[in-house]
Amino acid sequence: MLRFILTRVSLVIPTFLGVTFLTFLLIRLVPGDPIEVRVGERGIPPERLLELRHELGLDRPLWQQFLDYIAGVLQGDLGVSLVTRNSVLSEFLTLFPATLELAALAMLFATVVGLPAGIVAAVRRGSVFDHGVMGVSLTGYSMPIFWWGLLLILFFSVGLGWTPVSGRLDLLYYVEPVTGFMLVDTLMAGEYGAFWSALHHLVLPMIVLGTVPLAVVARMTRSAMLEVLGEDYIRTAKAKGLAGKRVIGLHALRNALIPVVTVIGLQVGTLLGGAILTETIFSWPGVGKWLIESINRRDYPALQGGVLLIATTVMAVNLLVDVLYGVLNPRIRHSR
Amino acid sequence: MKRILLGAGLGVAAALALAAPAQAAKTLVYCSEGSPENFNPMVNTTGTSFDVSLPVYNNLVQFERGGTKVVPGLAEKWDVSEDGLTYTFHLRKGAKWHSNNDFKPTRDANADDVLWSFNRQWKKDHPFHKVSGGAYDYFNDMAMPDLLKSIEKIDDYTVKFTLNKVEAPFIANLAMPFAAIQSAEYADALQKKNQIDKIDQAPIGTGPFQFVAYQKDAVIRYKAFDQYWGGKAPLDNLVFAITPDAAVRYAKLKAGECHIVPYPNPADLEAMKKDSAITLMEQEGLNVGYLAFNVTKKPFDDVRVRRALNMAIDKKAVVDAVYQGAGVPAKNPIPPTMWSYNKEIEDYPYDPERAKKLLADAGFPNGFETDLWAMPVQRPYNPNAKRMAEMMQADLAKVGIKAKVVQYEWGEYRKRLQAGEHQMGMLGWTGDNGDPDNFLHVLLGCEAARPGGSNIAKWCYKEFDDLVLQAKRTTDTAARTKLYEQAQVIFKEEAPWLTVAHSVVHMAVSKNVVDYKMDPFGIHRFYGVDLKQ
Repeated sequence: MLRFILTRVSLVIPTFLGVTFLTFLLIRLVPGDPIEVRVGERGIPPERLLELRHELGLDRPLWQQFLDYIAGVLQGDLGVSLVTRNSVLSEFLTLFPATLELAALAMLFATVVGLPAGIVAAVRRGSVFDHGVMGVSLTGYSMPIFWWGLLLILFFSVGLGWTPVSGRLDLLYYVEPVTGFMLVDTLMAGEYGAFWSALHHLVLPMIVLGTVPLAVVARMTRSAMLEVLGEDYIRTAKAKGLAGKRVIGLHALRNALIPVVTVIGLQVGTLLGGAILTETIFSWPGVGKWLIESINRRDYPALQGGVLLIATTVMAVNLLVDVLYGVLNPRIRHSR
Repeated sequence: MKRILLGAGLGVAAALALAAPAQAAKTLVYCSEGSPENFNPMVNTTGTSFDVSLPVYNNLVQFERGGTKVVPGLAEKWDVSEDGLTYTFHLRKGAKWHSNNDFKPTRDANADDVLWSFNRQWKKDHPFHKVSGGAYDYFNDMAMPDLLKSIEKIDDYTVKFTLNKVEAPFIANLAMPFAAIQSAEYADALQKKNQIDKIDQAPIGTGPFQFVAYQKDAVIRYKAFDQYWGGKAPLDNLVFAITPDAAVRYAKLKAGECHIVPYPNPADLEAMKKDSAITLMEQEGLNVGYLAFNVTKKPFDDVRVRRALNMAIDKKAVVDAVYQGAGVPAKNPIPPTMWSYNKEIEDYPYDPERAKKLLADAGFPNGFETDLWAMPVQRPYNPNAKRMAEMMQADLAKVGIKAKVVQYEWGEYRKRLQAGEHQMGMLGWTGDNGDPDNFLHVLLGCEAARPGGSNIAKWCYKEFDDLVLQAKRTTDTAARTKLYEQAQVIFKEEAPWLTVAHSVVHMAVSKNVVDYKMDPFGIHRFYGVDLKQ
C-alpha cells in the first residue's frame, strides 16, 4: 500500500512543475503587462514605465523571473499581489474557504440527488423515470452556467423572493471569520439567524455549481449499475432469494460505486473551474472571482499562486481518490 | 493581513450587527461593481477604488457635490499671490480625525498632516513613500513633481504652496482624489508598531464616513462620523456590496437588496425606466470619444480632407447605433458639463456630396485608401469601437474612401497611436480635474504632439496652442473661459478630429433614496444622501 501511494505521489511532481511553468508562461503571453493595463488613455512616459517595471522585477529575463519564482514556491513563498500588496498565500487562504464551502455543498447536492436518481433509473431501465433522468441530466450537463444562474435568480429571487440574489450573508449580520466557512463560523458565534441566512445564500449557487456534477454522477451511477446488474453474482444473489433491495443496495451498489467515486473525485476540477463563473454571478467572495480580477489586472503573482494552489488541491484530491480506489478495490493496488 | 484589518473595525462592526435588527439605523447599500485595490486614493488608479476611499477622506479643497466647481474642504479659504506662484491655504479648525481600535487621535487635522500627505507622494525618502507600491500615478500624471517648488508650514493652520510656474488648473488638481489628507499622527503610531502597511488598509481620515470593516471581495462597511466638520451624514451606515455582474446588480435592486446601482446594462435601461420603484438617473459623462486624423501623414495634412471626412460620416446614425441611448453626438472636444464649453459652435453637417467636392478639390476625386484604428476594448466613452469603425467604413466607402480597420491589443494600441503610426485612429478621454486645460492642452497642445504624447492627431497649431497656454497662465476664470471658447472655434475650423460622442452615464436608484447626485467625474459619493424610512 505504501509503495502504491509513493508511486502515485511521485507522479504528481512533474504535473506540479508543468502547472507552475504553464501558468507562469500563459499569463505573460496575454498582451499588456500589469503597468500598461492600469495606465488608461494617458499612457506613461517611457522612463517611468522602465522605473515601475524595474520595481516589480518585470525587466529581468523571463528565465530568471521563473527560477526566482520556483525558488520562492519551494520555500512556500508565493509572492505578493501587485495590486493589493498582500501576500498571495494569505489572500488565497482568506478566500478559499468560501469556494470550498460552495464546492462541497454543490458536490453534496450532486451526490445526494444524482446517486439515487441514477440507481432508480438503472433499476427501472427504459421506464419514463429513466428517460426523464437521462433527459434532464443531459440538459443539465449542457447548461451554460452563466445563463442558468441568472435564470434561477430571476425566478427564485426576483420573482418569488424565496432566496437572496447574491452574496454570502445578509448585510445585517457581521460574523468574524474564524474558519472562513460561513456555516461553521455563524454556528460558532452562536448566531443562528446568521446561520440560516448563510444557508439561504448557499442554495442557488449550490444548485448552479452542482448541476453539471449532478448530471455526471447520475449518468455514471446509472451505467455502472446497469453493468453490475448484468453480472453473474447478482443473478446468483437473486437466485439465492435475497430481497431485491438487499441485492441492489449491497451487492450491486457497492461494486457500482467504484467508478462513481472516481468520477466524483474527477469532478473536483470541474467544480473549481465552474466556481469561477458561479462566484462571479453570485458575487461569492471566493478564489474564482479573485482569479478573474487578477487576470484583468495582470496581477501575475496572484494569478500564478492562485492557479498553482487550485491545481495542487485538484491533484491532492485525485491522489486521494486513487488511494481510495485502491482501498475500495484491492485488485487495483495488487496489480501494480 | 486580513485578520488585522478586520480586527481594527471589529468593535464598531459588532455594534453595527447588534444595532441593525432594531431597524432604527439608516443603512444605505450601494452595489459596487468591483473590489478595491486598497483604501488610499493616492495610490489608487480606478474609479472603483476611489469610490471606497472618498467617504473616508477630505482634501484641502473639493469639488462641489454633483459639479466640477472647486469649494473649500479642509482649507476654509486660500489666497493666490499676484504672480500666481504662491497659494496660501488657511485650514479649518476643529476638523476631527476618525479613530479605530488601534488609534485614538489626540489632535485635530493641521498643517503637519497636509505636509505629511503631500510629502509622502512627492519625496522618495519619506518613510511611507514605498507603502502600497509607491506608484503615485495621479500625482505624477498631473505633473505635480514638476509643478511644486515647496510646501511650507507657516503655522499650525496655514500652509503655503509655491509653484515653479503659473498653472491655473493647480487648484482643481488639489480637489482630485489623489490629494487626500492622511493623519500624520496615525502614521507615527503605525510606524512605532511596525505596521505601516495598515495606513492604506484600515484608513483614518477626516471624512463624513468612518471605515468599519472590509470582508475581501464581498462587503465594505462604513458608519457615519458623528464629529464630521460638515455635520453628521443623514445616513447612519453605508455598505458597499460588491456585485460584479450588471444583470445581478439590477436583480438585487429589484429584490430590495441594494439601493443604488452603477453601470446598468444598456439592454436593461428601458425596463428600468418603466419600473416605478426605480429612478433611472442620467448625466453626460466628463468624456469625449473621437476619431483623430494624423495630420503629419498624407492626405490628412490637408485641412480640406479632414473637413470632408467630418461631413462624410453620419455621426448621429453612428452614435445611435453604437451607444444605444447612452451617448450624445459631440461637436466640441470638451464635454457640455464642463465650464467654457462653446455652445455657439456649429458642427459639420452630414453631407456626402459636399464631402466628395472637398475631396476633389484636395486632389482626391476618386477617394483614397487609408487605415482606421479601433480600440479592442470597451471604454467609458465608446462601448464598441469595432462596430463604430465598421459603420464609419461603410460611410466612407460612399465617398470613395477605402478604410481598413486596424486593431491591436489595448496597451499596444495606445502606444502605437501615441507614437503616431496610424492615419486615422479612435480614442477618447475622461476628465481628471474638470478643467478644460485637461482636455485642450493635454490632448491637442503642441507639447503633447511629440511622439509618445497623448495628442494623437499630432496636431500642433500655433494659434490654438498660444490660446491654451495663455489660459494656463491666467488665474481669472472669466478670462480663461473666453480663451477656451476661442480655442474651440479654431479647433472646429482646423478639424484635427472628428468629435464623435460624449457618453451618457446611468445610475439606477431606488425610490427610497433621497437627494443622490450624480458626479460628473463618474465617482460615487454618498455624503448628503438620505433614505426614506
